[in-house]
Order: sequence, then C-alpha cells, then structure tokens
Amino acid sequence: MADTQFEPKLVGFLCRWCSYTGADLAGTSRKEYPPNLTPLRVMCSGRVDPTFVLHALAQGADGVLIAGCHPGDCHYKEGNYKAMRRYRMLLELLDTFGIERDRVRLEWISASEGDLFAETVADLTDKVRQLGPLNWSANWEENGERSEALQAIVLEHERAMEVVR
Amino acid sequence: MNPSNAGGAAPAANGKGKLAMYWAASCGGCEIAVLALNEKILDVAAAFDIVFWPVVIDAKVRDVEAMEDGAIDVCLFNGSIRTSEQEHMAHLLRRKSKVLVAFGSCACEGCIPGLANLSNREEVFQTVYHDTPSTENPQGQRPQRETPVPEGTLHLPVFYDSVHTLEQMVPVDYFLPGCPPEAERIWDAVTAILENKLPEPGSVIGADTSVCDECKRKRSEKRIKQFKRTWQVWPDEETCLLEQGILCCGISTRAGCGARCPEVNSPCIGCYGPNNGVRDCGARLMSAVASVIDSNDPEEVDRIIHQGIPDPVGSFYRFSLAASALRRRKLEKRETATEQHPGETDR
Ligand code: SF4
Ligand code: FES
Repeated sequence: MADTQFEPKLVGFLCRWCSYTGADLAGTSRKEYPPNLTPLRVMCSGRVDPTFVLHALAQGADGVLIAGCHPGDCHYKEGNYKAMRRYRMLLELLDTFGIERDRVRLEWISASEGDLFAETVADLTDKVRQLGPLNWSANWEENGERSEALQAIVLEHERAMEVVR
Repeated sequence: MNPSNAGGAAPAANGKGKLAMYWAASCGGCEIAVLALNEKILDVAAAFDIVFWPVVIDAKVRDVEAMEDGAIDVCLFNGSIRTSEQEHMAHLLRRKSKVLVAFGSCACEGCIPGLANLSNREEVFQTVYHDTPSTENPQGQRPQRETPVPEGTLHLPVFYDSVHTLEQMVPVDYFLPGCPPEAERIWDAVTAILENKLPEPGSVIGADTSVCDECKRKRSEKRIKQFKRTWQVWPDEETCLLEQGILCCGISTRAGCGARCPEVNSPCIGCYGPNNGVRDCGARLMSAVASVIDSNDPEEVDRIIHQGIPDPVGSFYRFSLAASALRRRKLEKRETATEQHPGETDR
C-alpha cells in the first residue's frame, strides 16, 4: 500500500443485536478487513436519525455505513423498515447536495454473518477510496475570499467615511 | 435623535439603554414585525434610545464605527450574511454591542435566502442578470467589484457563494426565531431585556414545544401511501394534515405562532425553525415523514417519494438549509479568481 494512498474515514452505525455482533464475529474469527471504519453501536438501525449521517459527513467522514438486522428480524419489529425508508429518502437528499450515493450504504448483516460484515467494510472502503476525500467543510469557505474582502471594506471606510480613531 | 451623540459607552444622561437594529440579507419583514408591537413600541422608545436603525433613523455606519466597543446595549440583527459588507457589519455590531440578538429566521438559520445555497454565485448572477423573463440586459452587464468614475473608484462588496447564518460569523447571545417573529415573542424578548431576566446566553427566546403541540387537529397512527401537494386536495379540516398525506412541518418546528397555518387548513412550512433538541431541522422532519410511509418495499418507497415529494430539500429545509449540517450543495472549485470582478483590485 503506497504511503500516499487516500485512506477514507468511515463511520458505521451498527445495530446492537445483529450487525454489531456480526462485526464481533468477524473479529473473533480473525477475518481481515480494512481498519477504516469506526463502528458505533446503536440499539437498532431504526435509531439512526439521518441527522447522524449528515452530521458525520459534515464533520469529516468520507462515508457512512448503516447496518441492521435482516427484514423481519428486527428486535423492535419495524425499526429496520423505518431505517430503509429513511435511507431511500436520504439518498434523494444526497443527490441534491451533490454527495455520491456510494458514500452512504445500508446493509442487513446478521449476527452470524461475520464474512458479510468484513466484505461490506472492504467494499465500502474501496468505493469511497475511489471517490476521494469528501472534505465537506471546504464548501463553506468562500474560496478564501473572505478575509481579503473584509479588510478592503475596513480600509475603504477609513478612507471614504473619514473615520477618526 | 441626533446621531452625532450616539457614541460613548457611558449610560445616556437620561438613563436610557441604547438600541440598534440592523438588516443584512433579508426581506424587511422583520422590521415590519417590530411595528406589529403597535402601541407597545412607545414603551420600547421610552426605555431605549435608538442609536442605529437604518430603516428608521439617519445614523451612519461611521457613527457606529466611532462608538466605543460595547456602547450599544442591545442589537437586534436580522438577515443572513451573503456579502462581505454584511459580514463586516456583523463583526462591527458584535463588537459594539453588549447583547447581540439574531432576530428572525434569516439571522437564525438562513431562511428563504438560504435556499440559494443550492446554487453558487455564478448561477445566482446568471439567473438574476440574464435568465429571468423580466430581465432586459442586452449588454450582459454584471455588477463589478470596482467601477472607475471621475471622482475615483467605486467598490462593491464581494457576493459570497453561500448564505451564512449570523452565528456562523460571530458569537450570538440570543436567538429570536420566526419568519418574522410574532409580536408577542418580540415583546417577551423586550420585557426580558428591560427586566434583566434574560435566559442563559446562547438560548432561544421562545417556546420549547412543537407546532404539533399547539395544533388542535386530531391525530391517530400515521401511515402514508401517497403524499399530496396542497393544490391537489381540499384537506379535511379536523384530521392531522400529515395523516392526510400533506407534508406538514409541525413535527420538528418550534411552537410560538399558535399553529396558525394548520388552523386555516394549510400545512406548517417550518418558519419558526427547529425545536429544541433538533439539530438538523430537515433531517429530523425527513426522518419522521419517511418512517410513516406505508410500504416495506424499497421500490415502492422510492415511487411514493418521487410522486409526492418532488423537491425534498426545498420541502424539508425551506427555512433551515444554511444552518443544517451540510449547509449547502457541493461547491465546485472556481478556476479563475472570480467572475464577479474580473479586474484586479489594487490592494
Ligand atoms: S403534523 Fe401538522 S397538522 Fe398534524 S398535528 Fe402537527 S402541525 Fe397539526
Ligand atoms: S434491532 Fe437490529 S435493526 Fe432493529
């Protein structure tokens, strides 16, 4: 792996009952997968407010994984269906914001699917690596024009408006 | 009043406080909202000397610049920040004011001007100076940063790519949301200031419940097979509008208006901004709305969304885009320095 290769920062919201246990299984069965994902344990994929995803992206994550129990297996019956509906809606928002859909992934991973967890993380890491850094906060910086423009106003006011100090 | 004696930090001889009001990127509705105080405006005038309020008195920016820091007791700042001049005024008024209030939705969360964060400067100019049917601009003129005139050079501020909220530019003491804030809420704020009973700095002056809590419509379990636009149906006047498939923002929106829109059979559009605990108004609303879609089939869910919510960002973030987690659409890096002022500046 070259030193200069971009290493994506990924955040994973994993349902406690299935996917987090699946991630544990991947670990205990010594599956190899990239270390790019920071897992966060949530009670259910239905707990994942899209705010969490948008906030992660805005604050420096390059991609996000939401993982929960397979349809029909959610411990709260409906949580993963809600997650799926929110995810479909979230994808529409991402399109408008100009964020590639491949950066945010929803996957059903059961407690026995350590392999699937490892593959999912490897695949997401790979896709996001190809997309490159998101670096979202750079979108707010006005291309570096602000400080110069502000200084110009102060100087101009001093000259034109005869401010006496 | 005579603006020339506006400066100085010492309390006025008459014991009155000093009040300023300023507008940045806004429509002027916030200024009108203050007039909706009706005769109570006289109480405000009795308690405060107005030292700067461009709509109302003829004080100049240089009067403010000449004041000592902290000379203004309360500054009500409405409007979002779209140009370098507005940012300059935000810094200036922050420095000169003891208490800076983000007044109204534009200052608090970007409001309607913030929706322009789905475009960039070039696209805004293209629309405004070329594309709108009412524009006649045969020479294709655009505002220039610098214009030489016989008397010297005239400068225009930089028009930013994004609309920013006041808090994204300077520290803000209080937030008074609403588009515009309701007169009663303004009066609450004024009384709190006069009686020195202001809440913790950084807080919102207003209710901490949601529009749904103020709404009298009947609610039961929400399950939506089809979203409808307001022009497509005549809603039943008693049932929750969202249950009837009409996108209503009451769930995530702060109370304070008395649920006026649902009361007249029109959905809440979210003008009072996010309720306490809601970090990203649009995401919260979207989350609530998506979860009641009555289908477990991703393709059908997509179909329901496409048919009923053609503009998700505009619907969910109508007032709050600039304050949301992402704040704007992805901005392509500009190649040339800027299209606004092709001529080089001399500084
Ligand atoms: S969603 Fe709208 S109509 Fe329904 S209770 Fe809330 S404010 Fe009222
Ligand atoms: S408990 Fe696993 S998705 Fe709900």
